[in-house]
Amino acid sequence: MQYMCLIYNAEDNGPQPGTDEFGPYMQSYMDFTKEVQDAGKMVGGEALEPIATSTTVSVRNGKTELVDGPFAETKEQLGGYYILDCKDLDEALHYAAKIPDAKYGRVEVRPVMIFD
Amino acid sequence: MLPPIEAQTLITRLIREDWGRILSSLVSTTGNYALAEDSLQDSVVSALEVWPRKGAPRHPDAWLITVARRKALDRIRKGETAKRKSDELALWLEQHRDDPDDRDMVIPDHRLELIYTCCHPALEEKSRVALTLRALGGLTTAEIANAFLDKTDAMAARLTRAKKKLADAGIAFKLPEPDDLHERTDAVLRVIYLIFTEGCHASSGQLMREELVQEAIRLGRILTTLLPDHAEAKGLLALMLLSDSRRLTRRGEDGSFVPLDAQNRARWDRGRINEGLALTKAALTDGPAGPYALQAAISAVHAEAATFADTDWAQIVALYDVLYQRHPNPILRINQAVALSYADSPDAGLQLLASVEDEDKLARYQPFHACRADLLARLGRHEDAAASYRAAIALSQAPEQAAFLESRLHELNAP
Repeated sequence: MQYMCLIYNAEDNGPQPGTDEFGPYMQSYMDFTKEVQDAGKMVGGEALEPIATSTTVSVRNGKTELVDGPFAETKEQLGGYYILDCKDLDEALHYAAKIPDAKYGRVEVRPVMIFD
Repeated sequence: MLPPIEAQTLITRLIREDWGRILSSLVSTTGNYALAEDSLQDSVVSALEVWPRKGAPRHPDAWLITVARRKALDRIRKGETAKRKSDELALWLEQHRDDPDDRDMVIPDHRLELIYTCCHPALEEKSRVALTLRALGGLTTAEIANAFLDKTDAMAARLTRAKKKLADAGIAFKLPEPDDLHERTDAVLRVIYLIFTEGCHASSGQLMREELVQEAIRLGRILTTLLPDHAEAKGLLALMLLSDSRRLTRRGEDGSFVPLDAQNRARWDRGRINEGLALTKAALTDGPAGPYALQAAISAVHAEAATFADTDWAQIVALYDVLYQRHPNPILRINQAVALSYADSPDAGLQLLASVEDEDKLARYQPFHACRADLLARLGRHEDAAASYRAAIALSQAPEQAAFLESRLHELNAP
């Protein structure tokens, strides 16, 4: 089964660029990505630019409306994701716990829907 | 041929005793909890129809499984299950279409997988409790709803959600990985203990809620059978048995609450006590004492005292110290304060209570105020005691508790 691990964190929380912790933090992401690739679990995954770059689109009565910023005005924002192919939820949860931001923010694990 | 009433009784007994084992075997073959449960339900309906007419089969449990497999096949063919994997499963079920009447099969016991699945921490806690009662205890949705004072519709919706999550989120029907075993077993113990405490909070007349205590003990027994080397599984069963040994004496004939010091110890259930004491001993010698074993040990000290005055209070105080060191929960200090008030003095108990009185959650915790009231009353501080009794009465949920505290408050003012 494929699981999407959605990585949520407040942007000012956790290691910040320019600090001593940032290098090892990035390295831990590279290590994690390599681990899931080597284990044959990696389907995809990306980091997202900060919410300052985000634009939200909606169409009402045929008219497209744009709003600056993310859809949800919560402190914790989606910052990136992995899609992992795991044998069951336990395995997906086990990998999700290893995502570096699980230590600072939260990782939501959701199965990718299968249409059949 | 079996008369109808006996067939009915046989089916009821099978459901009580073997539901979990039969269901676990079906989940194991179908890999789909909801399909297994629905098919077993279908099979029971068939049994109720066929057995009274044609007589009970020689191997009733094997009959239920064989018929349930056919029902599962019907459900798959009707397209009730997700397409994926169902072809393979249909083929397997096709090949295992035995005659239900002359088959003696070894039914593999997969109840341990079933219990870990039902208690999976990815499910909401209340759903874990409900699912465990349904799957392992064979309780109906209406019975579970009744026990938790919920509407049947709401409980049915909760169970449906939980079963959907099991299937769609890929919660596997298996034993936990070695790394997770400890935490996952704790989760199972917690579910059983929650069922037990829910039953203990039943008011008189709430029969289905009272039944939860016996259900929890039954689940505790199943777990100790399946995990014979697990000290805390024994500790939990011991704790429940020892507490239940005093069930009949906890209430007067009029349903009123009777505290430990006024209970008729001759009516304590010796069978429960002996079993509980043996299990406590085993739980304490099997490894480092866990919280259930320690609580069982405390309950055991009460069980071994011939009278209230004979209680080894110092021993109880010491056990609470060990428990508190490992699990610093302020609620433990309340119970310890009671023990200390007898081992030492009510004043010492009061001082211990004072050490946790700033804890936020205790301000609205009934036993804190009830305990304080009792200690103050024994010290002759009647006005302070009355204030604490009133606070405790206001926070009481069970009417028996409130009535008991009212009577204590009344005694204060009596000469």
